[in-house]
Formats: sequence, structure tokens, C-alpha cells
Amino acid sequence: MKSTLKVSLGLAAGLAASTAMTGASKAEDLTLCWAAWDPANALVELSKDFTAQTGIGMKFEFVPWTNYADRFLNELNSKGKLCDLIIGDSQWIGGSAENGHYVKLNDFFDKEGIKMSDFVDATVVGYSEWPKNTPNYWSLPAFGDVVGWTYRKDWFAKPEIQAAFKEKYGRDLAVPATFAELKDIAEFFQNREIDGKKVYGASIYTERGSEGVTMGVMDVLYSYGFKYDNPDKPYDMEGFVNSDKSVAGLEFYKSLYDCCTPPGASNSYMGEGIDAFKSGQVALHMNFAFTWPGLQKDESVGGDKVGFFANPAGPDGEKFAQLGGQGISVVSYSDNQDAALQYIKWFATTDVQKKWWSLGGFSCLKAVVEDPTFEASQPYAKTFLDSMAIVKDFWAEPSYASLLQASQKRFHDYVVAGQGTAKEALDGLVADWTEVFKDDGKI
Amino acid sequence: MRGAETPETMQDPSGKPVVTDTTSTILDRAAEAAVRATPDSLATRVRGLSDKTVAWIFIAPTILLLLAINIFPLIWAIQLSFTNYRANRPNEAVKNIGLSNYSRILNDADTWAAMQATAHFVLWTILLQTLIGFTLAYLIDRKFRGHAFWTTIILVPMMLSPAVVGNFWRFLYEPQIGLFAYVISFVTGIPPTEILMLSSVKLAPWAIIIVDTWMWTPYVMLICLAGLRSIPDYIYEAAEVDRASNWRQFWSITLPMALPFIMLAVLFRGIENFKMFDMVNLLTGGGPGSTTEVASITLKREAFEKWRTGFSSAFAIILFVAVFGLANIYVKVLNRVKSR
Repeated sequence: MKSTLKVSLGLAAGLAASTAMTGASKAEDLTLCWAAWDPANALVELSKDFTAQTGIGMKFEFVPWTNYADRFLNELNSKGKLCDLIIGDSQWIGGSAENGHYVKLNDFFDKEGIKMSDFVDATVVGYSEWPKNTPNYWSLPAFGDVVGWTYRKDWFAKPEIQAAFKEKYGRDLAVPATFAELKDIAEFFQNREIDGKKVYGASIYTERGSEGVTMGVMDVLYSYGFKYDNPDKPYDMEGFVNSDKSVAGLEFYKSLYDCCTPPGASNSYMGEGIDAFKSGQVALHMNFAFTWPGLQKDESVGGDKVGFFANPAGPDGEKFAQLGGQGISVVSYSDNQDAALQYIKWFATTDVQKKWWSLGGFSCLKAVVEDPTFEASQPYAKTFLDSMAIVKDFWAEPSYASLLQASQKRFHDYVVAGQGTAKEALDGLVADWTEVFKDDGKI
Repeated sequence: MRGAETPETMQDPSGKPVVTDTTSTILDRAAEAAVRATPDSLATRVRGLSDKTVAWIFIAPTILLLLAINIFPLIWAIQLSFTNYRANRPNEAVKNIGLSNYSRILNDADTWAAMQATAHFVLWTILLQTLIGFTLAYLIDRKFRGHAFWTTIILVPMMLSPAVVGNFWRFLYEPQIGLFAYVISFVTGIPPTEILMLSSVKLAPWAIIIVDTWMWTPYVMLICLAGLRSIPDYIYEAAEVDRASNWRQFWSITLPMALPFIMLAVLFRGIENFKMFDMVNLLTGGGPGSTTEVASITLKREAFEKWRTGFSSAFAIILFVAVFGLANIYVKVLNRVKSR
């Protein structure tokens, strides 16, 4: 009887404990907010290990890119508790730090021995620091991304195409070393018939609504000598944003749009670019690196048919590329900050980062990307490294949204609608950005 | 006094008496029974209320709801329009900047460009929808064979969601695969890849006008049809007796009598298109450049992309005053037309 009582008590205690534990783990379930795209699916897969190790469940809130900024900036501005962790865009860092949306991670990093020097320098500056180039960290670099190019390797390899190109341009058809060469290639392929189908030169960013045309234009302007402001006098933009070199860069982008894009590609961004490349419409394709694993695996254009290259050089030999990617932050309004920090600690470990890369996530950890086997691990790995070494980013000021909308309008008006000149567009941009900084009291 | 009437008594085939009370008598009796069943004190209290008080009690919930979701936000927006408030900077001090937002908007070339784009869109859509809508209503009113079927077919676009319409017209306009480009190409001989309805600065404003006209002409047609059907036949019969020609009947009877309905349709479409957002946003996103950036898209960008809450509140107030003012003038004209 005594033993029966003991067993009953034991069972009851076990049941109670398990119920309590279930309750506790449910209370600690974390919600991670990010964009709805391929890497997010990889993160869901990766996070299963975290749940297995800690018992903390993971929920995900993924929003398509077109609504990503609207949705999550609204959430942060209204001090919502939906997201415990957020993988926010790199340009949000200034506003999110200054408005108290993100938890500052310096103390946590020190306590857990997480060193920012272990991550690729550009990603630390781009995703984690605010103010820039100061040791104030608001996120852990989570997903490295950069604008680069894919091309139809199989078309480039066709003897008749190579011969025709050599006859016209007097050189071999190969990966372009400069933007001028890139335009030659795009022009060469524009309206050319390949395998019985009319194809076009290049898919580039022209989207008006969110950030597309700015990302595309800036990706080219940097290599033409564009500077955001006077290095000795912050926010002094006259003669830098609208320098002759910048004007030449913007004129180049428009000429590329006019000569060599598919008909109707006036509102093209990441998704439209992928569609154009996958459907065999274009020879060259500008897009963020996150698209590369999917294109590499694609049945019709992937495998040996696709090649990757980093941004070519501008007229003076300068090579830069537009930074993409994001860091992972803890939302200051979350009730589960301890568990969220636990996730970041787990995510920062080398093994997890290695698995992250293998699943399609672009790791920013030096131990992963500087591993001798990294370059050979994927056909696009070297291009990714080369591109990450030359990145520059758009303004990350708290007013980035106003700055971005101004450039969207100025660039789209000139590049796509053909209104005014490149000089007028950039002069107007200087005026718009100056007004924003004046409103902010920075000038 | 109907409640005091005695019910009429009839006999059914079996000879049993059957009470054939009228509906109103039954209701009156039920009301009396309810009053009898109500406790004296409450009945007295309810009876003590004036009609006006009872009316207020009934409309109070609606008034409260309107105050909460319409009037309060409006007053708040008016207040914000005089400040530098930004919703994305909750910790920043809010400063009163007087009429600065209003003066910036009214002196801003981009705002006027958006207003011009809106005016172009509103005027052309109203003109086309009224002409085509009235013509269709006039034809449908002839009651030809199968007119009911064709009425239903014509009404289909109006029943679709603007989001769906925007998306599928985007595909129809697609120069490489779109049906629209191929039909135009077939008719004109211009290659379809040169028919850039959404990418061309010249064509994009017409692309959105075509879609809105396609979608909302049936609505105008319905209102016009109601107007045409409300004209009594005897007027036409009298005109026939007077040997008035069909043309004379149209100008002297049909059009004047249907005019208040046409004007009502114009008012509804005008207000609706002045604040058009979803369809234009899906079709062109305001592009190419800012060619189709109507006022509501500018407002959305200012409010939720640039987060200039004070500025956008001022813009919203200006738009509200413009629509409200124009609509009021229009309604006065409409009333004058109706009273003729």
C-alpha cells in the first residue's frame, strides 16, 4: 500500500512538474520577426536545434519584402510586443537605437564572451553599430548580403556568341572587369535571339515603391566616385553627392536602363529580377547575394548555366558594392528578453554559423567565411567574399526613411521617367537631404 | 384607434369560427400586452420620456461610435497638423510649429504635381464613366432580348476587389505576355514590346484611367438606369401624342429627368477617385517616376514611409477640406437641379 502510495505520489508529482514545465516553456516561446524569403525558411530549420537544446519554442513572423519595413517599423514604433527578436534591415539601426526599440548588447556580449572582432568588419559596422564606427552594438550580424551579378555562363560559352562578340568589340566575351564592359555585354545581348527566343541584356533594379531603384543606382554610383558627404564635414553634401563623377554614374545607370533591360522593366526589384533570370530573359542579372543559392539550384538556369561575379570597377578603377543584409536584435518591448538573448548566444556559436551557411544563410562569422574550405563550398562563395570586401551602405540615420524616399523619387524620375538631367536629379537630392538633416537639427 | 377595432369573424369550411385579424391589429395588441406586462414604475418612467429623448437614446450609440472613430481622429489630426510630430520617434519632444506644415505643402511643387495627377485622373475617369455608363444604361433600358443577362455581365468588374483588378491588369498590360498589348498590336501593327502601358510616362496615366473606367462604369450605369426607370411612361406617351421626335424626347425628357441621378453618380465617383489608392498603387506604385503619383499615394508616403506625421496630417486636412468643400458646392447645385 505504501509503495502504491509512493508510485501515485511520484506520478502526480511528475505530471505536475511536466505540466509546469510545459507552461514555463510556452511562456518563454520566442517570436522572431523577419522578411518572408528563402533564408527565413533556412532559419526555421536551423532554429529547431535551438528548441531541441533549450526547450524554448520558436515562432516566426515573416512578412514579404514589399511590406517588411512598413509592418515592422509600425510594430516597433507602437512599442508592440509581437517580436522578441527581430532581424531588422541595416538602415534601421540608427532609428531603432536612438528611439529605444533595440536592447543595447554591449554588456551581454562582454558577459558571454561574444567578440565583434570575430565577425566580418563591414557587417559589424553595417548591421550592429550606432553611431557608426563606435563600439556601441545593437545587434549581432545575422545575414551577410551584398549586391552582385549573375550571368548566363552557358550563353557566354557558345562559340557563335563568342565569335560575334569578338567581332563587334574586339575582345573575348568574359565576365566584365568594368561597368563600361558590362554595358557592352548587355547591349550585345539585347534583343538577340538565343535558342529561338529573344533575350535581353540585363535586369537591374528600377522599383519605385520601397528601395529598389536606390539600391541599384547606389550600387553603381559608389564605383563612379559618389560620396555621401564631405569626410571632414559630416552632412556637407554639396559637391559630393552631386559631383561630376556621381553625375556620370547616374547617367550610366540610365543608359543601362534605356538600352538593355527587358521591355516594361520599370518597376523591378529582387523578385522581378529573379523571374527575369529564371525565365531565361536576360544575360546579366543584378541582385542581392541571397538569391544565388536559389538560382544555383534552379533546374532551368542553375548548375553549370549560371555564373556569379562581384561588381565591376568604375571609370577610375574603384570597386564598391551596395551592402544588404541584417543583424539580429532583441526588441526592448519584449517580455522574453532573457530567452531572446539566449537565442543570440546560441546563434553566435561557430557550429551554428557553419550550419547556417550550409542551409543557405550567409554567415558573417570570420571562422566560417575565412575557413580555407569556404571558397570551394559553393560556386558563389568566392563572389560573396569578394563582394563583402567592397561594401558601402546607404544612410543609416534615424531619418533614413525620408532620405530613402527622396532618392527613390529623384532616381526614378530621372532613370525611368526620363525627367530632367542627372545633374538636376542629384542637385535636387542634395536639397532634399539637406532639408531632412535641417529638420533633424543636424545641420 | 385601429387597436380598438373588433376583429372580423369568419367561418372555415368545417364551420368553426376563424379570427381574420389584420397584421397591424395583432401588433397593436402585442404592444398593449407588453405595456401591461411592464412593471408600473418602469412603464411610467418610459412613458415619461419625450420622443426626442427616446430618439437620442436610440442614436446615442451611433453618435458615440462616430465620435470615437471619425470626429476624435479628425480633431487629433488637426492638432497634429500644427506640430512636427513623427510617429517613428516616440521619445522626441513634439513642438508646435504653427502653420509651417500648411505653408510647406502649399508651396511644394511635388504636392501640386500630385494634385495635378489626381485632377487628371478624376476628371477623365468621371467623363468616360459618365458617358459610357449613361450610354449603357440607355441601351439596357431599351429592354432588348437578353438584356438581363448582359446587365449581369456588365456588372461583373464592379464586383471584383480592387486588389485583384490591379494585379490582373498589371499582367494584361505586360508588354511581353500581356493580352492587352497583343490586342493593341494586332489592331495597330505596333510590336507588343513597344506598348509600355505602365512604363511609359505618356501611357501610364491612361493605363490607370482605363482600368478604373473598366471597373466602375457599371456602377455609374446602375445609377443612371435607376434614373431612366424612374421616368414615368405617360410623359413619353404625351410627347408621342405631341409628335415629338426621339431626339427631342431625349433632350427634353430623358436627359433632364435623369440628370439628378447622373450628377449623383458623378458625385460618388468623384469623391471615390479623389482618394483612389489601392488600384493605382498596385498598377504603377505612382510611377514611372511620379507620373501617376496621385494625392493619396503622396499622403501614404509622407505618413508611413517618411513618417512625417504632422506634415501628413496637414496634407490630409487640406485634402479633406478640398473634397468636403467641392462636394458641398456640388450638392447645392444638385439640389437646385432636382428642385427644377
